[in-house]
Parts: sequence; C-alpha cells; structure tokens
Amino acid sequence: MPIDNSAQQEGQSTYRQAAALELRDVSKRYTGQKEPALVDLSLSVGAGEVCVLVGPSGSGKTTAMRLINRMIPLSAGDILLGGRSVLEREPTELRREIGYVIQQIGLFPHLSVADNIATVPRLLGWDKARIAARVEELIELMGLDPEIGKRYPAQLSGGQRQRIGVARALAADPPLMLMDEPFGAIDPINRARLQDEFLRLQERVRKTVVFVTHDIDEAIKMGDRIAILRQGGRLAQYDTPAEILTNPTDDFVAEFVGADRALKRLGLSTLADVRLAPPNGATATDGGVTLDTTVRDALSKVLAAGGSPVTVLDHAGRPAGVVTLELLGGLLGNGALPR
Amino acid sequence: MTVLLAAAHAPVIPNFGNPSSFACERANRLFCSDWVSHNWSTVLWPALRQHLVLTLIAVSLGFVISTTLALIAYRRRWFERPVLIVTSILYTIPSLALFELLAPSLGLNRTTAEVALVSYTLLIMFRNTLTGLREVPDEVRDAAAGMGMGPLQSLLRVELPLALPAITAGVRIATVTVISLATVAALIDNEGLGVPILTAISNEVFKTELIVAGGMAVGLALAADGLLVLVQRWLTPWARARSA
Repeated sequence: MPIDNSAQQEGQSTYRQAAALELRDVSKRYTGQKEPALVDLSLSVGAGEVCVLVGPSGSGKTTAMRLINRMIPLSAGDILLGGRSVLEREPTELRREIGYVIQQIGLFPHLSVADNIATVPRLLGWDKARIAARVEELIELMGLDPEIGKRYPAQLSGGQRQRIGVARALAADPPLMLMDEPFGAIDPINRARLQDEFLRLQERVRKTVVFVTHDIDEAIKMGDRIAILRQGGRLAQYDTPAEILTNPTDDFVAEFVGADRALKRLGLSTLADVRLAPPNGATATDGGVTLDTTVRDALSKVLAAGGSPVTVLDHAGRPAGVVTLELLGGLLGNGALPR
Repeated sequence: MTVLLAAAHAPVIPNFGNPSSFACERANRLFCSDWVSHNWSTVLWPALRQHLVLTLIAVSLGFVISTTLALIAYRRRWFERPVLIVTSILYTIPSLALFELLAPSLGLNRTTAEVALVSYTLLIMFRNTLTGLREVPDEVRDAAAGMGMGPLQSLLRVELPLALPAITAGVRIATVTVISLATVAALIDNEGLGVPILTAISNEVFKTELIVAGGMAVGLALAADGLLVLVQRWLTPWARARSA
C-alpha cells in the first residue's frame, strides 16, 4: 500500500518529496563563550538519506541540528535545503517545512492527539477536511488505534507519545526531518522497537533525516551516513556506518565506535548477504538461524554451539546453507560484506 | 422610649425610626425572618446587586491591568521587580486606610471604591499569571517555535492556554478578596452589602441585619468561587486528563 502524502498530491510543498541538505563551512559561537560550539562543519546529505550526527556531549551535534531550522542563528557559513539557502527564508515559514522531533517530544498537553498532529497543517491554513484526513492517515501510519486521536498527551504511554511526536512532525509532509535524540527517553526494549518502526516508516516516506544521538549503536543502526563530531564541534569523520567501522580515520573515532567495532560491523549485514557453505544435510541443528539473522547474531549462535556449524533456514524454512566459524572469520578481512 | 432613641440616631440609622412591626425584632431575636422578608426587596437584594457590580468591575479591570503587566514581564524580565514592588505595597496598605487616603482626592463615590478594590487584585493576578506562563515547559515552547509558530501564535495557542489553570486560580482568589473588601468600601461609596452591615454595626442591639448581610457576602463569595471553578474546568478539560 503506497503512502500517499496528501501534501504532495495537492502540490503544496515546494519539494516533490525529500530535499537534499548541504552544510557549508558552518560555524557557531555562542555570545559570551570563548570556545566555538561548532567549527567549519561541511557535509551534504542526499535526498531521502538518514544522516546521524553523533558525538560526546559538547561536540555541537544538537547545535548543528538546530542551526538547520534556524532555531539558533548561524555565526558563519551557509546551509542549503533543496539548493536554497535557509538564510533567505522567513524562519517561521522555513520551520513549517521541516519536521521537528525532540527528546522530550514537547506535545502540547492542552491539545488532543489529533490537534497536536494538526499543528503545522493549521499553521499552513489547510482546510478542515484535509487536516482530518491527514491526521487519520498519520495515526494509521504509526500503527495506532484511531481512537487515540481524542486523548490528551497525559493519557498516553511513553512509546505512544513518541509515535505521536513523529506523526506531528510528518503532518505537513516536510522534505526534511530533524530528530534530536528522539528515542533517548524510552526504555531499551521499546527503543529498539521504535527504531525498527522508524526504519520501516522511513522506507515508505523516504524523508531526508538529520538524526542526533550520543549512542553510537543507535547511529550505526539508523544512519545511512554518520557524522562523528568531537569535542569543540569539529567533524572527525563523515561516512557510511560500514566505512566508519572498518576504517576509522583516527584514534578518537576508533575509540568512540568501540573496541567491538568488528562485531558491530557484522551486525550491519544479514546472512542473506553472505555466501554460505552448502547444506550437507547432515547436522540440521535448528538454532532459529535464518537468512534474516544478522551475521553478528549468527556468530553468537555458532559460538554458543561450541564452534560447530549451524544450519541456516531460508524463508520457507528449508536449509539454505551452513554457517561456520571459519566462514565468519574470513568475512571482515576480505571485504566480502556489502554496505 | 423608641421615639427618643429614634430622634438621637435618626441620621445614622434611617430604618430605626419606624416602630418595629415584627415580634421577633421587638424581642431582639438573633435572626428575625420577618424582618428579612420585609427588607429583602428594598435593602438586601439591591445591596447584593450593587455588591456584585462593584466586584465585577474591580475584578475585570484588575484582570486586564494585571494580565497586561504579566505579559510585559513575561517578555521583559526586568519589568517584573518594579511591578511586584508597587503591587505589593498596594496590597499591604490596610483597606480602611486606603479608602480614607483616596477619598479626599477622588471623592466619596464608586470610582474611589473601584480604584481601591482594583489595587488589591493586581498583585494576586499578576503573580499567578506570570507564574503560569513561566511554568510552561521549555520543551513545549521549543516544539511550538520549532514547528513554525511565531511568538504571538505560540503565546495565544500554547502558552496562555497552558497558563489558564494558574490564571483562573488568581482570578478566584482576587474575586473572593474583592467581595470581602467591598463591604468596607461602603464607608466611602454608599452601596453594596457593606451598607446594611454598617447600619447593623451602628445598631447596638438588633443583629439580624448584620448576620444576613454578612452571610450574603459569604454566600456570594462561595458562589462566585464555585462558578469560577466550573469555568476553569470547562476551559481546561485537559488538566484533569490522566493516564486511563
């Protein structure tokens, strides 16, 4: 089922869908502070890509994000959204075109869920019927019961609030989404679920996303590209997750991604990406390993099996091959893994 | 006997001239229902209406002034201190003294009474409104701005609605305060429930008038407060919404 974004259908948005984002030598120095918060940050994010800004506190990642929708003024440099400088835009008008999700979510406690979602469409002056249809569509897109529209934020669980926050940001079908630690306040189990949900959602809506987090694992999971920032607001590396895990530019990045970066690298691929040993039919030890299992989890299963080969099942439940310790060991060195 | 007393007190206690026609008044019961029903339409009911008008004007004017001041102080922090100083001084002046202070320049009329009454509402409503606005969570303000609301839109659609519980709490306290103080205002402005109360105070014997008029002031305060609670509930249905 295709997701029809009503804004696109009616040609309201200046953008057909997602817009490319480019930061050019962006710097920020807060008045009264000696050290700059951000120094000469340049990066470009392709339309429909998820760019994760990650780094320790004080690395300027949130500052960088808030410069994009002009929540804080730029000190130097330029930011282009869809090829057009954000500095030329009226800030309020610009912000209505950029989805905004923050860690504390900031739902309006005095408005129902439906009215919260309708915030930006109302600011844009959509008519009632169109707003109602869009709200319904988004609640469904988030996998929530339509009845939830009548509730107030105080009546929702943390996870529901987070989903409504995302729905509200998506309401006017923005070409760019800014997300500042959107899952930071959620417990680990629900966080993983929300991350998966967001990735599935992103496959359908294909927004350009700037995602801020301090959690490298989240960055690896969510990002098409990751910008690692170091203290003092300097860019350490901007690359795909696989590249950052395989070839960190320096000690800071290597330390930041962690000593287990080889394992994390394995976590990026599933067994479907791996050339398996042929199934010899003999030992079908069913450890629940399928083609959808990540290579990292497969390694864990093999180790749990005492190092002996584990059979991999295909989508029909038939043996697709066998994964062995030797096979997994060779994967990292020879560049056999994609991405 | 009655005639003599009446002559002595005639200018102060107008009603006293009539030899009482009620047994309970002659017997000086604490509560004389015949007296109440006889004086309801001529004394008590008009006094109640006047009292209500006095209160409505004072609270409305006070609300407009204090809300304006609070909105300015919300945007310009330095403005808060001078307003607090002035309104606190106004609030602490004993009401009797304030009425006496204002009377020579403004005269013995309703304007004088209202000036005094309004000055007592300012501190309460100013502080409540400002606190209510400041207590709007930062992330809510941030979300409003981040989604493209201008400062005025954010104020009208988000900040003021969220401050409503605090604002109405201020209006409630101010209203009850004014209803009570307006009885004293009868000293300079000859209207309201203060008039029968003062009459009764001057009459050292018969206390029904004092009890009834005083009771009506209390009743009015309770009714006004209850009404404002209903208004608040109607305006802020979200405030009672908790996890189901």
